[in-house]
This record gives sequence, structure tokens and C-alpha cells, in this order.
Amino acid sequence: MDPVMLARIQFASTTIFHFIFVPLSIGLAFLIAIMETMYVVKGQEVYKKMAKFWGKLFLINFAVGVVTGILQEFQFGMNWSDYSRFVGDVFGAPLAIEALLAFFLESTFIGLWIFGWDRLSKKVHLLSIWLVSFGTLMSAFWILAANSFMQRPVGFEMNNGRAEMNDFLALITNGQLLVEFPHTIFGALATGAFLVAGVSAYKLMKKQDLDFFKKSFHIAIVVGLTTSILVAVFGHQQAQYLVDTQPMKMAAAESLWETSDDPAAWTVIASIDPEKQENKMELKIPYLLSFLSYSKFSGEVIGMKELQAQYEQQYGPGDYIPPVRTTFWSFRIMVAAGSVMILLGLYGAWLMLRKKVEHAGRWFLRLMLFGISLPFIANSSGWIMTEIGRQPWTVFGLITTENSISPNVSAGSILFSLITFTAIYAVLAAVMAYLFIKVIKKGPYAAEEEDRPASDPFNKEGYHAVS
Amino acid sequence: MLSLNELWFVLVAVLFIGFFFLEGFDFGVGMSTQLLAKSDTQRRVLINSIGPFWDANEVWLLTAGGAMFAAFPNWYATLFSGFYIPLVFLLLALIGRGVAFEFRGKVGDVRWKRVWDGAIFIGSVLPPFLLGVVFSCLIQGLPINEEMQMYAGFFDVVNAYTVVGGLTMVMLCLLHGLMFTTLRTIGDLQERARRMARRLLLPVAALFVAFGVMTYFMTDIFEKRGAVLTVLLVLALLAFLLGGYFMNVKRDGWAFGMTGAVIALLVTSVFVGLFPRVMVSSIHSAFDLTIYNAASGPYSLKIMTIVAVSLLPFVLGYQIWSYFVFHKRVHEKEHLEY
Repeated sequence: MDPVMLARIQFASTTIFHFIFVPLSIGLAFLIAIMETMYVVKGQEVYKKMAKFWGKLFLINFAVGVVTGILQEFQFGMNWSDYSRFVGDVFGAPLAIEALLAFFLESTFIGLWIFGWDRLSKKVHLLSIWLVSFGTLMSAFWILAANSFMQRPVGFEMNNGRAEMNDFLALITNGQLLVEFPHTIFGALATGAFLVAGVSAYKLMKKQDLDFFKKSFHIAIVVGLTTSILVAVFGHQQAQYLVDTQPMKMAAAESLWETSDDPAAWTVIASIDPEKQENKMELKIPYLLSFLSYSKFSGEVIGMKELQAQYEQQYGPGDYIPPVRTTFWSFRIMVAAGSVMILLGLYGAWLMLRKKVEHAGRWFLRLMLFGISLPFIANSSGWIMTEIGRQPWTVFGLITTENSISPNVSAGSILFSLITFTAIYAVLAAVMAYLFIKVIKKGPYAAEEEDRPASDPFNKEGYHAVS
Repeated sequence: MLSLNELWFVLVAVLFIGFFFLEGFDFGVGMSTQLLAKSDTQRRVLINSIGPFWDANEVWLLTAGGAMFAAFPNWYATLFSGFYIPLVFLLLALIGRGVAFEFRGKVGDVRWKRVWDGAIFIGSVLPPFLLGVVFSCLIQGLPINEEMQMYAGFFDVVNAYTVVGGLTMVMLCLLHGLMFTTLRTIGDLQERARRMARRLLLPVAALFVAFGVMTYFMTDIFEKRGAVLTVLLVLALLAFLLGGYFMNVKRDGWAFGMTGAVIALLVTSVFVGLFPRVMVSSIHSAFDLTIYNAASGPYSLKIMTIVAVSLLPFVLGYQIWSYFVFHKRVHEKEHLEY
């Protein structure tokens, strides 16, 4: 098999898998920090229970996120060494800073948080989870700074055939980053919120621990609604930015072969034929594409054929049109999932304001349970659109995916790693799902099942390690 | 004054030394869960003794990788693509180990625990072995061509020298982990850890010397930096002796420091022997990767220096603080998180 294809499959599968856990970690850390803050401020035990119960899910998830993240850092060098040589000067810096600034912070304070309930003061313990949350946000910022460079390279110059950084500030104020970071972060917070809200809804449906899950639902639905709306707002910003910086991705996301009319209509669905470069059937809403692209009801959007001609002149012969179907449909799946999230959030918040959550109809609680999957679907399809839509480039306009792989790694090696990683990831996914269900079923008030003898308060033995 | 290229070589070295010193003991404790613990409770005490630390210790490796990527992209690219298969196994081991700590206590079933205990043990033996092999390869030399591409066959990576290097690293980590156990536990576990460490001291020292002698004959690093390396080796043997002495008089903290010092001196020697190269080509010395031809441009290095210098004090500060918070010994009767 073709090593480029294998390396791409590996990158796609490991990254999508990794990005199931990452947004959930970001979201849950933030929610748990809120819960523990309410515990420290209000002093009610129920909020401490909340932090601990949701914390259990968070920790299982966090562990998988961490270990699958190690692979991500190694993968650039292992499968994409020519890419690494080409952009390491620019791309390596944010990765190193991510480790230095975020990974150390997260890993140290998560340890303090897990083991520190009895050893730290309430406030210092609370500070630990906030620092974990801050760490997850920082981690996202730096890795997205690196990704934004791939979407829109800035702050560099070409030197000896490779990209070298010449403006660090430009790199971290990249316009792409300024829209991509909030869009991703609010999506991540919504992911955590919809998990908490969905599980709470399930428990309310089962009439278990009503007070606990009602309060959890309230916190989650406020965060969930706010962030889902903000995701959409920044999504719109990002689309406008896209028209400017990566028009080909935008045209592919709209399956726009020819340049549009002015004002441009938005294609809801289409039957796409990439061979003939045309759409057989289209359902369109007038004016909407102009609005999505420019926030006004006029303006044309350039089509793929025109861009292809333009790129051939600029970059030489080649096929510059990304896989149109995938880009088009992933975009629509993301938007649809996001829209349902907003609707669920609105109804949930309305119930909360009318203090009727525990009397909500079963249909709604069921929908909320199903709603847990929505942010995951939206996150994945959003990234698929972003990364597939950038093809054939790894760094837009600078280096293609074909030229990025490791020339010294055989297809057999990649296939071997692909199989083993897929196998271990499948095990992880199954175990995680099993543990999640187990923890959720047990609920927050179940006694610890393990054989843990209580510590003896009169035991005065000095356990100090000073030798 | 150090040039930026030299400074970043030193920083990468420091990150790896820190990694082996810190994660070294939690690898060792991971091995002890099978070699030392006699019951599930003892196993849990061991795991809990490294519970708050192992994740942050592993970040030293990630940061070292990130620093290589940022400061020496060609080093990162050649090494990671060249050692493809060993790194696949390293990743599998680290992935299994990382989740095992979190998963093992979540279900009461014995078979369940046995599976994750297996993952912890393999995940604690394999990484120091593989990394020992990789670092031995770095000084032994690898088939790297004029385009900085490494095409290594099986025996370029796995041979008598590198295997001894890997074993040395594993045994040093075990010894270091046992000393950590004497520091963090009490009673039976502590006693037996100390006894096992004493028994291991001589064999590990012998292995260490064997690796040193092999290094003398199989690599060029003594030719290049003989004087410094001799001093480092003598210091390492001295640390061994002192370690033995402190074990005997039950000064566990000092003994732990000494086993850590041996590891640190060994890793330091590798980097001293390499300098100013980062990877040695066995095809031609002109194809060696050095801190100059593998490095990022001066602007990147300057930015990274500013970032590292301003962040590292905080990182070290809160890590040391976390060790202080958890300085008490782990006891079978207390609440065990894992």
C-alpha cells in the first residue's frame, strides 16, 4: 500500500480518537472547577460530592487523553519527518511551549487535586483544579497556534528550503488562531457540559439522587447553552475568515464549482459529482451564503474551478481541489449538530428558569441523553472539514501532504503501527465506555466498594520521610 | 559564553537527565509491583507512592521531545523516523502503563487487576530498556546518509552493546525505584525494598562497569572526551559506593540521591560524549548530525530561550512543592486512591 495513504489514515484515526477525549477533558475540568468553587463559596457538601463524582469521569477520560497525546507528539517525527524538517523551526516552538507551560501544569496539579483532598487547604485544593483547567486551555492555545500556522502560515521566511520563524508575535496573533481558538474552546466546554447535562437527565429520568443531578443539570445547561451559542458565533467569524484566507476550502465546503452569483445562495444539500465537477441536485437558500461569508446579503463567492486555475498559475500544475464530498458533508453535519445543541440548551434553560427540570418530559430527558453525542460529532466533523479541506497541503501554499512523509519509513512499518495502535485504541475505547457506565450507574452516593480500611486518627506514628 | 545552539543542547540534555532521574524511580516502582509486592494491598501502596508524580515525570520526556523538535528539527525528524519500530513499542508501553494506573482499581475483579498489573510491569520495564537501547545507538553510530535520513537495520539497533545499555538502564531504574520505596513506605515493604536494593547493588555496579568498558571499545566517545568521561565514571562509581554505605546505615534519602546521581551521571556521559554531535553517522563523519546542521535558526532559538528561561523556574517551583506536599509515607491503613 501507498505509505502516504497509510500515514494519513494513521494520522486521521489517532487524531480523531485523541480528540474525543481532549475536549471532554477541557470541558469537565472547567465544570468541576465551577462546582468546587460553589462548594468553597457556599460550603454545601453536595457541591463537593459533585466535584468528586464528575471528577471520577474526568480522571478516567483525562488518562486516556494524556496517553493518546504522547503518540501525537511522536507521530510528527515518526511518520512526517520531512514535514518536521521543513517547519520544525516554526512549528516546534508552540509544541515545546505547550509541554513546558501546559503539560507540566496539568500533570502536577492533577496529582495534587487527586491526592490532595485531605492534605491541602480548601482554597489551595480549589486553586489546583483551576490551574488544571487553565492548563488545558493553554494546551489548546499552543497546539492551535501550531495548527493555525498550517492553515495560514505567518511570521516566517523561507531559508535554505525550509520555513524559519521570524516573527513570534505574528505566530500567536495569527488571525486564524483568533477565530479557531475560541471556536474550539467553546466547543470543548460544550462537550463537557452536554455530558454532565445528559448524564444528569438520565439520572433524573431514573429518579435517582434528584437534588444532586438537578443541581448538576443546572450548572451544565447554563454552560452548555452559553458555549453552544458562542461556538456558532465564532464559527461564523471563522467562515468569514476562511473566505479570505483559504477560499478553496470554503468553496469545497459549499461544493461551489463555479463562482457564485451575487448575492450568493447557500446550498443546503447537494448530490456532488467530483469527476464531472458539478452538482446534480441542489437545494438552495437565497442570500444565505453571502451572509455566511461576509455578514451581509450581497457579495459573490469564488468557485473551485476559478481557484484551481489561479493556483495552477501560482503553484504550478497539480490538483488543488480537496475531497469535495467529505468537506461539504462534514461541514453540514457539524452545523446540524451544533444547531440541535442550541435548541436543547434553550429548552433546558427554560425548564431551569421555571424550576421544572425534575418534571421535564421523558422525551426531553431522553433527547438530552442522546445529546451527549452531539458535541463529539460536531467536534470531529469540524476538524475533518478543516483538515481535509486544506488538502493537498499540510501547510497551505508551502508544502504538500505528499512531500511531508518520512522517506525512510516503509509502508510495512506504518501498517504495523497502524494495526497495533488501532488495536490498543479499540481496547481503550471499550474499557473507557465500560468504566463510564459503571461509575454513572453507581452514582455519587454509593459507598466505595474497595476494601479500604479507614485511617486511624489516633495513630501517631511519624510517617515523615526525613531520613 | 554558550552559544544558543550549545545552550539548547544543554537544555535538551537537562530535560532527559531530569526525565531519567524522576521517571526512573517510578519505572522502578512499577517493576517493584511485581518483584517486591506480596499482596494486592502492597501493590496499591507502591502505586500510590508514585501516584501524584508519575504523570508529571513523564512530561519531562514530552518536553524533551518538544524541545528537540523546536531547537533541532533535524535531530527530532531523523531520530523519530529512524527509530520507528522501537518507538512504536515505547508508545504502546507508555499508553498501557498510563491508563493502567487509572483503570486497575476501578473494578474489584482479580483478573481485571492482573491485566492492568501486567500493563504496569511491562510499561515500566520496556521504556527504560528501549530508551537505553536508543541512547546507546546514538553514541555507537547509525547508518545516516548525506540527506540526514537514517536507514537502520535490525542489528544496527539491537546488538550486544545496545542491549547491555538497555539492561543497565532498566536495572538502574529498578535500584532507584527500590530506594524511592524505602523513602515512601514503612514496615515490611520498606525493609524488603532495602534488602533487595542491597543485593542488587553489586550486580548493577558490575553491569554498569561492563557497559562503560564496552563503550570504551565500541564507541569513539572516550577518544573525543576521555578526560571528562573518566571523571564522570569515577564519580558514578563513587556514588555507587556511597549509595551502598547509605543503604547500610539506613539513610534512605541520601541513598536515593546516590542512585539518582548514578543515573544522572550516565545520561550526562552520553550527552558529553556526543557533543557537539547529536547523532553519529556510521557511514561518514561528514554526515553526523550536529548542534549546528540540525538546529533551528537563531531567531527561533532566541525566542525559545526567553520562553524557557522565564517558565522553568515556575515549573521547578511547583514540582518541588508537590513533592513537599506528598512527603509523608504511604501507609496501608490510609485512604489509597488507586
